[in-house]
Amino acid sequence: MRTKTDFEPLLVAFLCHWCAYTGADFAGSAGIKYPASVRIVRVMCTGRVDPLFVLKAFREGADGVLVSGCHPGDCHYVDGNIKAMRREPLLAAMLEQLGIERERFQLVWVSASEGEKFARVVTEMTDTLRELGPLNLKGGEQLG
Amino acid sequence: MPERIGVYVCHCGSNIAATVDVRQVVEQAAKWDSVVVARDYKYMCSAPGRELVIKDIRELNLTGVVVASCSPRMHEAMFRGVLEEAGLNGYLLEIANIREQCAWVSLPGAGATAKAVALTRAAVKKARLNQPIWEREIPVNQATLVVGGGIAGIQAALQVANAGYLVYLVEREPYIGGHMAQFDKTFITLDCATCILTPKLAGVERHPNIRLMTCSEVVQVDGYVGNFRVRVKTSPRYIHEASCTGCGACERACVLWDSIPAEFDEGLGRRGAVYVPFPQAVPLKARVDGKNCLYLTTGNCRRTCVTACQRGAIDFDQKETVSEIAVGSIIIATGFDVFDPGVEPRWGYGRYENVITGMQFERMSNASGPTLGKILLADGTEPRRVAVVHCVGSRSKKYHRHCSRVCCLSSLKFAHLVREKTGAEVFEFYTDLNIFGKQYDEFYHRVREEGVHFIRARGTEVTEIDGQLAVCAEDVELGVYREIPVDMVILNTALIPRHDAEKVSRLFGISRSSDGFFMESHMKLDPVTTFMNGIYLAGCCQSPKDIPDSVAQGAAAAAQALSVIARGKVSLSPVTARVTEELCSGCRICLRTCPFQAISFDQAAGTAEINEAVCKGCGCCSAACPAGAIDITHYGTGQLLAQIEGVCGNEDKD
Ligand SMILES: Cc1cc2nc3c(=O)[nH]c(=O)nc-3n(C[C@H](O)[C@H](O)[C@H](O)COP(=O)(O)OP(=O)(O)OC[C@H]3O[C@@H](n4cnc5c(N)ncnc54)[C@H](O)[C@@H]3O)c2cc1C
Ligand code: FES
Repeated sequence: MRTKTDFEPLLVAFLCHWCAYTGADFAGSAGIKYPASVRIVRVMCTGRVDPLFVLKAFREGADGVLVSGCHPGDCHYVDGNIKAMRREPLLAAMLEQLGIERERFQLVWVSASEGEKFARVVTEMTDTLRELGPLNLKGGEQLG
Repeated sequence: MPERIGVYVCHCGSNIAATVDVRQVVEQAAKWDSVVVARDYKYMCSAPGRELVIKDIRELNLTGVVVASCSPRMHEAMFRGVLEEAGLNGYLLEIANIREQCAWVSLPGAGATAKAVALTRAAVKKARLNQPIWEREIPVNQATLVVGGGIAGIQAALQVANAGYLVYLVEREPYIGGHMAQFDKTFITLDCATCILTPKLAGVERHPNIRLMTCSEVVQVDGYVGNFRVRVKTSPRYIHEASCTGCGACERACVLWDSIPAEFDEGLGRRGAVYVPFPQAVPLKARVDGKNCLYLTTGNCRRTCVTACQRGAIDFDQKETVSEIAVGSIIIATGFDVFDPGVEPRWGYGRYENVITGMQFERMSNASGPTLGKILLADGTEPRRVAVVHCVGSRSKKYHRHCSRVCCLSSLKFAHLVREKTGAEVFEFYTDLNIFGKQYDEFYHRVREEGVHFIRARGTEVTEIDGQLAVCAEDVELGVYREIPVDMVILNTALIPRHDAEKVSRLFGISRSSDGFFMESHMKLDPVTTFMNGIYLAGCCQSPKDIPDSVAQGAAAAAQALSVIARGKVSLSPVTARVTEELCSGCRICLRTCPFQAISFDQAAGTAEINEAVCKGCGCCSAACPAGAIDITHYGTGQLLAQIEGVCGNEDKD
């Protein structure tokens, strides 16, 4: 079991191809630094993020999950991000039932030009996760 | 057959290798299940790097390839081609983004290597599940849509039309030409803007391949590169264009003649409720302004215009129309707005009558403008001292961070014109002189020699001291505070994104940069295309620029559209949804989820059915399906779950 000392939280980020993933690339081109414990998985749209993926990430050892995509109105598939937004509170409530704190799951809009914002969001979230400490799932095997 | 995967880790010179221990990534990868070869190379994208992959595919019978390198947004398409060259389907490629999303964002020694290993592992895990899929080829429509008839859009339209293809040019105003049509002279040659623009305007009007749609705006865009369907709304002009000769008799007869501030003259001149925008307007047709016309607003007017028009061209029954057009490419050239200096009292705009904007100066200096080209104060006399204030709203933390790029030069142009026309003393209040173009520096020295004063100023403020207009500022070079009495102030205001840029970007599905202008695919290497295939940018809608650069970008956008036409067909992504009929319970939740109506219900089978030609592969249906009956090619649930295992670094599962 992991402890709070020397704790580097693992943050899995699901990013939509068009906005957030491009924004994350932008952070890279601009050389903005953020914690190496952030791991990105590309999806075409935030609407693709099945609750199953989030559960799976927690089960695999993620201490936090970020879903990030186009700002409302900017989704390349009309309203996939709105679908993700509608799902968020339900999923968060479900995670809380499983003992996963609300702060461990976030949905944030990042546009293709917001590299700086992306770096800020993941840095802040990593700090929050560091405060919370490692996620030690009880009965984690039932997830996902 | 068991999977046989090759892993190739790129140093990218020192771009990756300086932060990531590439050897260690290769050593780890070599241990993973199904990895039959793992190598590193200085530049994977170079010819020898690509050869390495091709040779391995052939000799080791690889069934999948993982390249750990820069973002897939850079080289995914190219590496797919490499696989195809070796006889492997391009979608058996997976890229691990260890440059933009690892090496470049991590401090050395801070876990970057572990991250690169994790990202590469995720790619291998996904690659094992990748399936060959094929792009669909669809013929392209040869027509092109150009949105915005400024100089950039005009250039693009003419170039595509001259190549022999149909162009729809959609312009919101009743005339084309954009801002350039309003200018007097253009820097640095000081040739008359109208004289060099008119031949282009006439070229558009007379071109057999150009359908010019004025008073029009795009209201809906569907489809994809090669096959866009666009709806264009045209507001009524209340004029039969075929009958109108633009003689202006209606305007002079209008009961509101000379009483409405004319937009084209930046409010310095007045027009009637029916008017011809300017003498060289294309098309040279009158327009009834529905917001001000007495008859249209109150139903109560003598309609003197109707009596005055000898050709019976006025038609108050015209209605708004919506037309649908089909095009293969779209060029967006909607230009810029100018900053309103009235928002900040220190510029004195709206407070002192002899404080004007650069655009107003252009109209004043123009021979067919409201003062017939004379530079005049509000009282009708000529100024003896004139100040030009640079960077009004540009390069400012409060308003617009960006440099508007053309203002230094247009300010020099104003100074020259004022001196030439009035002999007045001119003071330029600048912050920095950004003078960059061909022969621009020579022009600057010429204007300096004409006796213009240059003051490097900070905190410039326009005020009145004892009834005398004055410009006050800190003179940075002399280190003193100066108050300079003047008769006229010209505020050179920022070029800013159009007020409706957000709406337009959403309509076409394109992105905007942090300054609010439309975003190009790559700032250096792809300044014309957008992230939306088949949609290109030209002119100031992408970033402020001068006329030569706008024309060059217009031509470049035309070349993009022409290359789509020349190819004759486009490839559509094979990433689409698929239904597993045995799992589908027929609940139809997916039908409501699909934003493109790509899913229908097969009554006989009782299951959902995907129209792959319409599906864009977003995957919303897959996430919503309670039975897990819908999957997405290349981004399948199994593939994504494997990737999640990979990034979380659970090696024991390998
Ligand atoms: C005061 C001033 C002086 C200048 N002087 C010079 C000079 O001397 N030399 C020089 O090289 N450059 C000069 N410039 C820069 C020059 O104005 C630009 O380079 C040029 O106008 C850019 O052309 P454009 O076609 O991109 O944009 P615009 O001229 O803005 O044209 C855009 C067109 O698109 C239309 N449009 C906008 N939105 C829509 C929509 N949604 N649907 C349909 N149509 C739409 C507009 O009505 C307009 O006709 C000056 C700029 C300013 C502000
Ligand atoms: S495409 Fe970015 S959220 Fe839908």
